[in-house]
Parts: sequence; C-alpha cells; structure tokens
Amino acid sequence: MRLEPIAAPSLWRLAGLPAAALAATVLAGSLLALIAGADPLATLGLVVKGAVGSRFALLETLNRATPLIFTGLAVAVAFRARLWNIGAEAQLYLGAVATVAIGTAGLGLPAAVVLPMMAGGAVIAGALALLVPALLKTRMGVDEVVTTLLFNFIAILFVSYLIEGPMKDPMGMGWPKSERLPDPLRLPRMIEGVRLHWGFGLAVVLAVGVWIVQTRTTLGLAMRAVGENARAAAFAGIPVNRVIAQTALISGGLAALAGFSEVAGLKGALTRDLSPGFGYTGIIVAMLAALHPLGVVVAGIFVAGVFVGADSMSRAADVPSYIADIMLATALLTMVLALMLTRYRIRRD
Amino acid sequence: MEILEILLSASFWAAVVRIASPLIFATMGELICERAGVLNLGIEGIMVVGAFAGWMAVYTGTDLWTGVAVAAVAGMAFGALHGVLTVVFGLSQHVVGLGVTLFATSSTYFAYRLALPEVTSPPRIAPFEPLALPVLSDIPILGPALFAQTPLTYLAFGVVGVVAWVLYRTPLGLALRAAGENPAAVAAQGLSVTGLRMGAVIAGSGLMAVGGAFLTMSAFSSFFFEMVNGRGWICIALVVFGAWRPGKALLGALLFAAFDAFQIRLQQTAIGEGLPYQLFLMLPFALSILALVVMSRRASVPAALMMPWRKGER
Amino acid sequence: MAPATAAPVVLRLEGITKRFGTLTANDAVSLSLGAGEVVALLGENGAGKTTLMNILFGHYSADEGVVEVGGLPLPPGAPRAAIAAGVGMVHQHFTLAENLSVVDNILIGTEPLWRLRAGRGAARARIAALSRDFGLAVDPEAVVASLSVGERQRVEILKALYRDARILVLDEPTAVLTPQEAEALFATLRRMVAQGLSVIFISHKLHEVMALASRVVVLRQGRIAGEVAVADTTPAALAALMVGAAPAPAQIAPAPAGPARLRLRGVTTPNEGARPGLRGIDLTLAGGQITGLAGVSGNGQGAIAALISGLARPEAGSIEIDGREAGRGWSARAALDAGIARIPEDRHGTGSIADLSLTENAILERFTRPPFSRRGWLDRGAARRFAEGLIARHDVRCPGPDARIRLLSGGNMQKLILGRALSGDPGVILANQPVRGLDVGAIGFVHAELLAARARGAAILLISEDLDEIMGLADVIHVISAGRLSPGFARGTKTAAELGVWMAGGGFADAA
Repeated sequence: MRLEPIAAPSLWRLAGLPAAALAATVLAGSLLALIAGADPLATLGLVVKGAVGSRFALLETLNRATPLIFTGLAVAVAFRARLWNIGAEAQLYLGAVATVAIGTAGLGLPAAVVLPMMAGGAVIAGALALLVPALLKTRMGVDEVVTTLLFNFIAILFVSYLIEGPMKDPMGMGWPKSERLPDPLRLPRMIEGVRLHWGFGLAVVLAVGVWIVQTRTTLGLAMRAVGENARAAAFAGIPVNRVIAQTALISGGLAALAGFSEVAGLKGALTRDLSPGFGYTGIIVAMLAALHPLGVVVAGIFVAGVFVGADSMSRAADVPSYIADIMLATALLTMVLALMLTRYRIRRD
Repeated sequence: MEILEILLSASFWAAVVRIASPLIFATMGELICERAGVLNLGIEGIMVVGAFAGWMAVYTGTDLWTGVAVAAVAGMAFGALHGVLTVVFGLSQHVVGLGVTLFATSSTYFAYRLALPEVTSPPRIAPFEPLALPVLSDIPILGPALFAQTPLTYLAFGVVGVVAWVLYRTPLGLALRAAGENPAAVAAQGLSVTGLRMGAVIAGSGLMAVGGAFLTMSAFSSFFFEMVNGRGWICIALVVFGAWRPGKALLGALLFAAFDAFQIRLQQTAIGEGLPYQLFLMLPFALSILALVVMSRRASVPAALMMPWRKGER
Repeated sequence: MAPATAAPVVLRLEGITKRFGTLTANDAVSLSLGAGEVVALLGENGAGKTTLMNILFGHYSADEGVVEVGGLPLPPGAPRAAIAAGVGMVHQHFTLAENLSVVDNILIGTEPLWRLRAGRGAARARIAALSRDFGLAVDPEAVVASLSVGERQRVEILKALYRDARILVLDEPTAVLTPQEAEALFATLRRMVAQGLSVIFISHKLHEVMALASRVVVLRQGRIAGEVAVADTTPAALAALMVGAAPAPAQIAPAPAGPARLRLRGVTTPNEGARPGLRGIDLTLAGGQITGLAGVSGNGQGAIAALISGLARPEAGSIEIDGREAGRGWSARAALDAGIARIPEDRHGTGSIADLSLTENAILERFTRPPFSRRGWLDRGAARRFAEGLIARHDVRCPGPDARIRLLSGGNMQKLILGRALSGDPGVILANQPVRGLDVGAIGFVHAELLAARARGAAILLISEDLDEIMGLADVIHVISAGRLSPGFARGTKTAAELGVWMAGGGFADAA
C-alpha cells in the first residue's frame, strides 16, 4: 500500500470524506446504544432533542460550547504552528485563578474597568503558563507534549491548594471553593432574559480575530510557515523561536479566557470541577475544525451539543452518558483519517 | 531523624518496588514502541483499559492469570487501532495517541457503567497475594522489599530482562531498533517496516495494559475512575529519562517510585504536616518534568521517532 | 545490435514498462547481463534508470514485463525474493541506520527474526573474510555515524556480499567519492567480476563508464536509446545517445575579478558528529565571477553554506560583506538584508514549504517588509502580483499562484526558488548544488541564470559535487577537504586529476 498526493482533490473527496467521518461517529453511537440494550434511533433522537430540541437545550448547548470554542481556538492556533499544546486545561485553570484573584480583591473600581482587568489578568496567566513549556522546547529541546500534559496535573493540584488554603471562601461552609465574584463583576447576558452570557460573544469575536490574524497578517503567515516546515522557515529568515513563543502566548491566553468566561459568566467562583476536561476536549474541537478558527465555532457547538444531548438522554434512557466521549473520540480519529485521505489516495503497488 | 527511619524501613523499600511495578510494565511497553519509531500517547488510556479489563475478568469468575491475559489482549486491541492509524496511514502520532487515550478511557467508563449500573462503590476482587521467596525473603530489609512481592512484580522485573534481551540479542530486536533509526534500511532488506512497527505497538500496548492491571489486581483490589491518574504520561518521561534503554528505564522507575514512596511517608511526619498535601502530590509530576529537562541534551533518541514511514518516500 | 555475450546470462529484464500516473518512467525496456560482466546503465537524470533498478529489486512492481534471474522469473514487488535470488543493490542514498554498528547494519534481515540469539560471532568472522577478499576495509564494530562516506559505501557493498549477492547494482556510486576513492571502488568491482560476479553500474559520467564497463545500455526518456560494446564506441557517441544530440560544450569567456563582495577570514566552526568543522579558512568571493567549491560531500561545504546563509556563526574568525564585518547579530535575516541570495541544497526540505502556496513561498524571504507588509498586515494583492511576475519571468509551469508548491516538479520548484533568490538583484549568490536531480532543460536554465547574474557583477559561490559542473562554470576553483580550503585555482589551471588529489586531502600543508 502506498499513499499518493492528490493534485486537485475533487469536491466529492473534500466534502464526502469528512461527512463519512461524521457518519462513522453516528454509527458508533448507534452501536453503543445497541450494546447498552437501547433502541439506537430513539437514543440518538434523545441526544439530538437534548442538544437542540428546545430553547433551553439550545442555550445550554451554546453555554457549554463557550469554553470549548476558547480551548479549541487555543489548540488550533498552537497546532497550526506545530506547537503541541496539550495543556489548555492548566491554562484554563490559571486563567480562572487570575480572574477570581482580581475580581475578589475589592479594588473599588467600576465593573467596566475591573472586568477587562480580570480578562487581561487571565490572558497573562495563561500565556505565561504556556510560555514555560514553549521555552523549554525552543531552548532545551524538551518535548512540549509531555511537559504540558504534566503541567495540567500540577495546575489542578495548585488550584486545589488555593481553594482549600489562601483563596478559600470563608462563607463556604467548609467546601473547597473560592469566594464568589460580586454580582457587578459577572459577565452580563447577551440578550435580556436569555440565559447566554457574553463569554459566548467574546469567543465568536475572537474566532474571527484569530482567522484574520492567520490569513491577513505577517505573523499569521510566519506561524503557518513555522508549523509546516520550521527548517525552511528559518532558512527564509523567519525567527522560528520567537514565532513559537508568540504562538504560545496567544494560545495560552485563549485557553485562559475559557477559565475567565466560565467563572465570570457561569459559575461565579473557582472550584476543582470548574472544567470537566474542556482543555482536552479543545483538541477534538480543533481537529474536527481542521484547525480552522471559524470551523472551531461550529465544531465547538457540535461537540457541546453531543455532551449536553447525551447528558439529557442518559437521564431518560439507560445509556451511560460516556457515549458522548466515545462518539467524540471516534469523530476525532475518523476525521483525522478523513482529512488525510482528502489529500492522499491509497494505491496498491 | 524521621527521614532516616523512613529510609531504613523494609516497608519503605517494599513500597518502592510495589509503586514501581506498574510503571515498569508500562515504561517497557512505551520503550518498545518508541524504539521502533512510534510515540504511543495512547498509553494513559490503554492503562485504564488494562486496569478495568483484568479486574472485570476476575470479577466475572476467571482466575488471576487469565485476568492478566485478558488485560493484555484488550490493551493490544487498542494498540492495533493506534498502529493502523499511525503506522499504516502515517497520521500524526500526537493526535492519534491522544485520541486513543480518550477512546480507551471513555470506552472503559462506558463499559463499567453498563456492567455495574447500580453500584456506588466498586466491588472488590481477591488480588494477587505476596509470594515470599524462600531464603531470599529472609535477608534483612532487602528481603521483604524485593522478595516478598506479588508474582506480578516478579513478572515486571522479568519483562525488563526479556525486553533487553530481545532488543539487543536477537535478530528481531535488531530489526525493531533499525526500524526506529532508519526505516529505509529495514525496507531495503525486504523486511516490512509496517509489520515491525505494528508488532511493536501492539506488543507494547499489551505491556501497558498489564501495567494498568497491576493497579487493580495487585496494588489495589478494585477499579476506580481516575486511578491511573497520569501514570502513563510519567512513563513517557521515564523512557526519555532512561535514554531509551531498558535497564536505565528500570532504574528511573525505581528512583521515581522511591521519591513517591518517600513523599507519602514524609506527609505523615512533622515536616509533612506543616505543608499542604497538594505540594507532595505535585512532586511526581514536577519530578518528571525535571527529569525531561535534565535529560534533554542527550542525543540518544531514536532517529526516526515520530517519522511516519511511507513506502517510496524518503 | 546487442553484442552477444559468451558468458551465460544471469539476469534478463524483458519488456519492462512502468507508469506513474501519466508519466511513463520505463517503456518496454529489455536488458540482459552475463556472468562476470559489467554493464553500465547510462542516462540523464529522469531517464528511468533508478525506476528500472527499483523494479529489478522489487521496490516497485512493473506494469508489464518480466524479470528473470538465473533463468527463473522473479515475483514482482518482493525485495526479499530479489535478495534471495542473489541481487544486491547499493543505493545512491545509503540505507544505513547511523546509530547502529557496522555488524548490526549488515545483519539486519539476514537471520530468521524469531531466533533467540543473533549469531554475531560467526557474522563478524565472515565480514572480516569478505573485507579481506574484496579489499573493503572497515571496522565491523564502528558505529556508522562515525564512518566517512567512502567507508559507508563499503558497508553497503559488504551488506550485499554478505547476502551472497551474485549480481550487484550500484546506483551512481561515485557521486559521493573522490576520484581516488572511485579508483579504489573500481578495483574492488574488478575483483568481484574476476570471481564471476556481475555488476550493473548506473552512471551519467562517461569516462567512468568507459573505464569500467564492457557494455553500455543507454536510456533516454524511459526507452532504450542504444546498446553498445565499450570497445566500439567513444564518449562523444555515448553523449549523443544520452541526450539525443551532442551538446556543444559551453564556451564561457573568462571574467576578471571585480571587487571583493564577501570574505571569510580565518573561519572556524565546531565539528558536527563525524563531519569536520571548518579549520580556519579564508575565502574571498569577487564580484563578476563564479567561485566554484569542489569537494566530496560532507567535508565542510555544509558549514560554509550555513555561514553564508546566516544559519550559523563562526566559532572564530569573521564574515565580511562589502567590507563590513557581520557582527553578533548574524542571522538568516541579516544575510538576506545584506543582499545575499541563497539557493539551498535541499529544495524540498529547506528551500520551500510544500503545503504553502507558490505565492506564499515566493514572498517567504521578504514578507515582513514593504510592499508585502504594512504595519504587520499582509498585502495579499502585492504578494500575488510578485508571484505572478516570478512565474512569468522564469517560466514556472504550475496550476497557478495559489497552488501548493508540493505539486511542482523539481525543475519548476527550483526555478521559483531561483527567481525568489535573484529577484532583489543580489550582490552575493550562494548556489548550493543548484542542479542536482534536475533534467537537462532545467539545468541549462539554472546555469544561464547564474551566468547572467555574473555578468551583472554578482559574486557567486557555486558548491557542487560534480567536478565537471565546477570546471565548466567556475572562474576560480577552491577544493574543500576535511574542513580545509585549498588556494583558489584560476579556470583551466588544474586538471580533474589534480583537483582530485586536493579532494582526497593531498596538497594541504598539514597533509597527514
């Protein structure tokens, strides 16, 4: 077997193969439902209904999509430059820590000043959190996959320490959680009466922003050049290490905004279960979007829908909600394969 | 003084060997994959699969050794999935590895929920009992530490010897190492790079799963979510620390386990009670990062690691 | 017209046809080889020689035709069967695992995989015997990374002999050797032939073919263009067969040295593994001249190219451009800003980014500057116009400026890289192996562009392993050997043999 590059892939390949990957995902879901002894069609129907079947469900999906769009963008930006940031989880938590620290400091300033400070603090925290592995990579040649993975565990333990120690809520009845943000420092709703906060709006705006940076700026071209072929980029005079560091700052900052948005928009306080793996799920979102920033918005909503729908389904039917994780893992693996096959043809020789 | 007491107690050294055992299995598994040129980030999920499959098999009535075999086969199945995607299709080893971890972990949790829908705390099985080797286990300190372990621990040390022998003394090992150094050299001799790498990934994944099974069948006696808790990632760091050599990786695993056993005991001393427990829990991860940094300058990494091999391309 | 050979035929290729998409790499090619015979397979790059040998060796399977070894057909696409039948191949790019020892490299795949113990002791003894019999000296326990190129080639030949090869195929074996090393190789091959082995020798160097082979098969555009006994032909006749018509040797008027544009003074660089660093070399590139750098690959050409490209800084010594010393900030960017054009050795890996478009590749060296950048924003219109201009001026055959550069042929890719490098009218041009692997047309184009730049007053450094190319184009020739640089020899003052002595390390003051 041999893989042969395709000069001009047909529309059938470009659209059909990713569609086949999604079909495989649905098939996997049906199989799992069968294994669980449920009717596949009914189960998938419940998932769809739970995701988008009502106004409440749809809003829930969009709320859940918000942190995923941020972490998905973080991963998409980093992977495009071939910086393997698997540490969005850590950056998210550190962003949340900064958000809460600034928001509960009692600065006595108007919300219009403090909210941007919280967001800015989160961005800085997350950016620095990824800068360390990025520098270890460029200066010492330490593989960033393992370091960012390991940093996730350290960051979560750090958060656990903070909310049981220095940042513990004195009114929390002993629960390990931080003080709540005062109400004026919560992100407002996008539309009055609709339970969707501005974190979602910010995520969409930033997706467009990232897309503009990638396609219309010299930094974007440099990031893509470094990702595709660092040796050739260096030869052409692009400062590869600096571009990787810049990418790390952007990626880490984006992931941290997921933490900011979850705390300021939704939860109001920092807890150990702030993120059920949003950082890792961001990888799926980014890969399903083929690393395209606008695609990340769509993929983020899709992934959130699967989670929200499966949660709702598992309350109604006897199928464990882990069906969502398996379907998404299937989607990830089949999509990566499908995207490769849009560009290569399998040949026997 | 307390520190000295810890270091001189037989229970400390026994704990070191016990903590190291699952790491040894999984590290050898990862080492085989990487020596053949494949980074297997599926390790974390494959350990979860092994932990669950072995335990579940025993829970449903098989004997312990059959349970170990079931764990290994389950791990090999996920290894085959990883291999098909990364070796046959040459997809990104990073993305596929993480995908396999996610797939393996969620499949396990799904299966657990299906198998045990109602339980609040997981059932226990009768795990491997320590097997004191006659005479040897009577040696002070060293005896109880090394020679009163469960059979799986002895197997772990045996595996290191087998892996080292195969890699350095047999034609198969030579072919595997060559596949990780320069696949073109292997293909030019008419050997199948794809076959060698697939075999390495599948066999390695089997070992990783046995490492996971050690947790449920020897260290503890039941299965918990999150019980692997980053051990897989640590094993990847251990392979680097061991400079891709079985003996050095074994030393790394023991050293790491010694730190881990030490911090657990230190927590219970006067020194430890003054510090937040999270600091101790961070130590293994911080230590792994430190090991990676310290070893980063060494150039012993297999030359073709993470390079997909496609016939006809150079 | 094929001369009958007295010896029994050991290998027969009959009507081999192989197509890649629309390209027919081999078109009904037939070839036979007698015991104890050396047949040269002659042809330009891209004539189909390597494809034919890959079919013989089972790396590809032919669309039509059969391969017979010793009268028995060989199953297609099965390298193991070819090895078992006694066919050995020494590839142009060695297939050795650098971090393994010589014995390990030779042993790969020779024993059943599932044996519990590799028989290294017996293997070592056999390797020693083969080395002795055929004059292939090499330390069996040495790690390949520590061996010179010539030694590595010996390991490749030992690999084939260890597998009892009776037919040895060598693909461009002298490309990486000094003339003296090549002589030693020929001596080894003659010994093998004397013992009844047969050799297929792939080359495009006429004098070697004349010296070694008894019969020549010429391939042109995938077809057999002719088959002659060496005794009945001349180099000129072979050249005519190869390219279709005898090429007129280029007459290049000598050019006087202009002002010095680039100077390396006492430059030293650290060793890189087995490759020696530079040992205090002085090199001056004069405007209006082509300076040729001859030498066997891996003797420091890479270090010089890296210095001039801005990818490395000297450990000691200095780089001067137009009289100004390049300081601590010497980098690829600084080199470009100093007006140095670079044509890299590896156009796929270094010169271009396969999955970026032609446009993006075209502006890669200057997109952070106006007119392509305006305060960090990319002017896509300006970029596109620039790329379209390059494509038109240099006749780059491509689907369009937005196509990925991966889709281009080597020649067209090189035209784009050349256009990119030369578009700023640079004062210094570094051309590192600029025509390797190109077809005749593209080679002519590249050489014409270099000569045009020379006429405009640029100082050009031409690095090549092809001595004929250097002797044809360069006004001044330096030879590099083990990190040392010979004095500059004016055009026509040294013969190939004399340069070969320098390539092998003779002539240097510290020659040891």
